[in-house]
Amino acid sequence: MTAPVPVSLLVNGDPVEAIVLPRLNLADFLRDNLKLTGTHVGCEHGVCGACTVRVNGEIVRSCLILAVQAQGSSVETIEGLSDSGEIADLQAAFRERNALQCGYCTPGMLITAQDLLKHTSAPDRGAIRDHLSGNYCRCTGYQAIVDAVEATARARAERST
Amino acid sequence: MKAAAFAYARATSVANALELLAAHGDRAKVLSGGQSLMPAMNLRLVSPDIVVDIGGLHELGGFTLKKDILVIGALTRHVDLLRSGEVAVHAPLLRDAVAHVAHPAIRNRGTLGGSLAHADPASELPACAVTLDATIVVRSAGGERRIAAGEFFRGIYETALSSEELLVAVELPVAGEGSTFFFQEFARRHGDYAIAGLAARSVVKSGTFADLQLGFFAVGDRPLLAVAARRLINVSITPVTVAEAVAALTDELDPQEDQLASAAMRRHLAGVLLRRCVATLLSRPELDVGVAE
Repeated sequence: MTAPVPVSLLVNGDPVEAIVLPRLNLADFLRDNLKLTGTHVGCEHGVCGACTVRVNGEIVRSCLILAVQAQGSSVETIEGLSDSGEIADLQAAFRERNALQCGYCTPGMLITAQDLLKHTSAPDRGAIRDHLSGNYCRCTGYQAIVDAVEATARARAERST
Repeated sequence: MKAAAFAYARATSVANALELLAAHGDRAKVLSGGQSLMPAMNLRLVSPDIVVDIGGLHELGGFTLKKDILVIGALTRHVDLLRSGEVAVHAPLLRDAVAHVAHPAIRNRGTLGGSLAHADPASELPACAVTLDATIVVRSAGGERRIAAGEFFRGIYETALSSEELLVAVELPVAGEGSTFFFQEFARRHGDYAIAGLAARSVVKSGTFADLQLGFFAVGDRPLLAVAARRLINVSITPVTVAEAVAALTDELDPQEDQLASAAMRRHLAGVLLRRCVATLLSRPELDVGVAE
């Protein structure tokens, strides 16, 4: 009844084939099977945002998706976004603004912030808070995180003009 | 926590999904976006033997306008509702509500049909369905049936759906000329489930309500159309009539107590929402401030 299911997908651009149990969620698949441990597992019911990844270009909670549901899709993790250089400036801003804190929420924060910056060129602090509202920082570093995202948005806007 | 073990079937068509549901009955759970089902499974609130994944059935997505009815496919995601021009024009209440549903990463997966079928009494879309007099379209191997939203929600996580039926679409009467809407909720964090919420539709003529539907949520075991709204139709609205409607609403509600709020707090918040709603829809801010009870 609970037989393993074959799944094939792209992870950070590389094809991945695996046979997984249906109950395995995408976050655990990334961490345990693929050793991509940048994706963090916090609450496991969609509240904390630490497991946020991109599936087919859109941010999702990887603890609320089964690995088998990712069949045929393209998954990007913090490792992918980091290695490609896509968020190098955002990561630098997090360092400069002391937004890293303990770092546990940081991958989810970065992916979520990048999602906002991709869709909105000049978000105000309210829009940044709204977009990040699904991501908990238990160090309560929110002020610094909003600072970092705001600084990155400004710097990107200046570069594009 | 992790979900208990289950078998997985990826439905290849609606007919195939219905065959699977007919074969497994209430031992099966339908998985669409999974944003309610997965947390429930991870928390071990539900442990189906088999999960029927309908996520690939694109035939269940999208919008169709049929005369004065907007038909929305069950697999339409929250983010699609938020971005849709049809929803903005014909069902603006849904768009306003979706902005309060969870967070972007969850709205990218969660579906309209999933939210309605899950029937969480604190969720936004069931209240909108009831307020807008939606019709829920469900299908089984035996055919299709249509259920009025007011009849669909039966209790906490309980609907008129049988275990062999699939929710396939929602039909909404399009917003008539002169219709106006109000949506607000109280939550500890933006995007969390409401402690108390209100989805309202009105027709205002010459400063009075020619029609008013007040769909409260998170203050009972299902979305509730307040009878108290009738007190505000075709009468001149004063602080006194509003206070009487709030008192009637308070008697009408039977909210549950949980870790978020007591029943008394929920009653109070529902009254606050009623006042705000009336003041907003009539553009009379004085009705919402400085009114002694």
